[in-house]
Amino acid sequence: MKISRIIKTIFMADFVAGLTLAIKIIFKKKKTINYPFEKGKISPRFRGEHALRRYPNGEERCIACKLCEAVCPAQAITIESEIRDDGSRKTTRYDIDMLKCIYCGLCEESCPVDAIVQGPNFEFGTETREELYYNKQKLLENGDRWETVLAENIKADSPFR
Amino acid sequence: MIYINTFFSEIYKIIFLLLPVLVSVALVVWLDRRVWAFVQKRKGPNVVGPFGILQTLADALKFIFKEIIIPASANKIIFILAPIITLTLALIAWAVIPFSNEMVLANINVGILYLFAISTLSVYGIIMGGWASNSKYPFLGAIRSAAQMISYEVSIGIIIINVLLCVGSLNLNKIVLAQENVWFIFPLFPMFVVFFISSLAETNRPPFDLPEAESELVAGYQTEYSGMMYAMFWLGEYANILLLCALGSILFLGGWLSPIDIYPFNLVPGAIWMILKILGLFILFSLVKAIVPRYRFDQLMRLGWKIFLPLSLIWVVLTASFLFFLDMLPITG
Repeated sequence: MKISRIIKTIFMADFVAGLTLAIKIIFKKKKTINYPFEKGKISPRFRGEHALRRYPNGEERCIACKLCEAVCPAQAITIESEIRDDGSRKTTRYDIDMLKCIYCGLCEESCPVDAIVQGPNFEFGTETREELYYNKQKLLENGDRWETVLAENIKADSPFR
Repeated sequence: MIYINTFFSEIYKIIFLLLPVLVSVALVVWLDRRVWAFVQKRKGPNVVGPFGILQTLADALKFIFKEIIIPASANKIIFILAPIITLTLALIAWAVIPFSNEMVLANINVGILYLFAISTLSVYGIIMGGWASNSKYPFLGAIRSAAQMISYEVSIGIIIINVLLCVGSLNLNKIVLAQENVWFIFPLFPMFVVFFISSLAETNRPPFDLPEAESELVAGYQTEYSGMMYAMFWLGEYANILLLCALGSILFLGGWLSPIDIYPFNLVPGAIWMILKILGLFILFSLVKAIVPRYRFDQLMRLGWKIFLPLSLIWVVLTASFLFFLDMLPITG
């Protein structure tokens, strides 16, 4: 061992340095986020709870092309469709099993009309399994509730798509 | 009649000592977690009560309502006895700790020997818990703990001899009073450092928490314990830590003496100085927990037997010859 090393060991120089650093850090600002009251920032690409969006005139965006159903790796999506009187094809049933879903974002990626999207909400835990079998009504409600944020996020992310 | 009176007055005294000790153990657990969190730039428990001060109370309440599980292959009597022994030994040692010249439950002349004997016995609680669990990890933890506590007790004993050489009495109050002019931390500073590190090892605190090293031994000797029995181990552990902090402040930091014997300071009651010193040492304990990584077992043994033991022995010779040749040996009557 070098002599300087021995002297350092005897006077516990490393320990003292660590202790002074620890004491300095004690008075620094804490990084903890006070979670239910404060929340961290979420990226516009965040893949949270699903939502079905509408056009500004209130018409559903979804055209029942079933691309999301086809691409879904967990096969969590079930879609049934009909041709309406005006000749447009719309869904009669749009179910997502949120328990099967792996939140990969492929449904959002595959959608040609930006109908199915994954929003910023991640606090949708429930007490029963049944509540997590989302149907069309629930998804549309989500879309209505989060529409402002969803539109902003899609706009913020559009230069990268 | 007079016996009954003394009996009850003693009981009151004991309760007035034990309740504050138990409450301060609870507070100190909270303080420990807060200091630990602060060093890591976290906030620590801050929800229950003001600044989270009641967190330990909430934890204790949860412990009380939890089921006590006794493994089928455990030796039931010893299994139940182990946490009781740990807690009892940690608490009865407080009987001789002086909080001021009069505020001491038992001002016995061999106070330091009594303390030393009790802290040596406390290894039994751990060994019994580890053995009676009849399971791998508790047993390994107990063996480690026994080896560790015995090795570091040797150096603590020799450090105490250093102090005793300067005092000439085993009475804790006399040890405190002998530091009226200068605290022993100044002439015996290296011994204070060795004492501090040994007391870390003695109480199984990080960086010497090998008996409960969670990455290898789950929780060491506490693995099979649950509910209130686990809480008793835990209370005993923290009471022991506080006890060694108290011992450290009595031996080296002048116990209940005020730091400077001038007007505003010497009006403050001795008990408050004592508590402040214990707290100061305890905060150092938790800072060390936050910054130092765990020792390997061979490093631990090397530090105890090859470094601390010779060092403290040499220091005994140095202190003794210094006192002898300068004719400063304390006069004992």
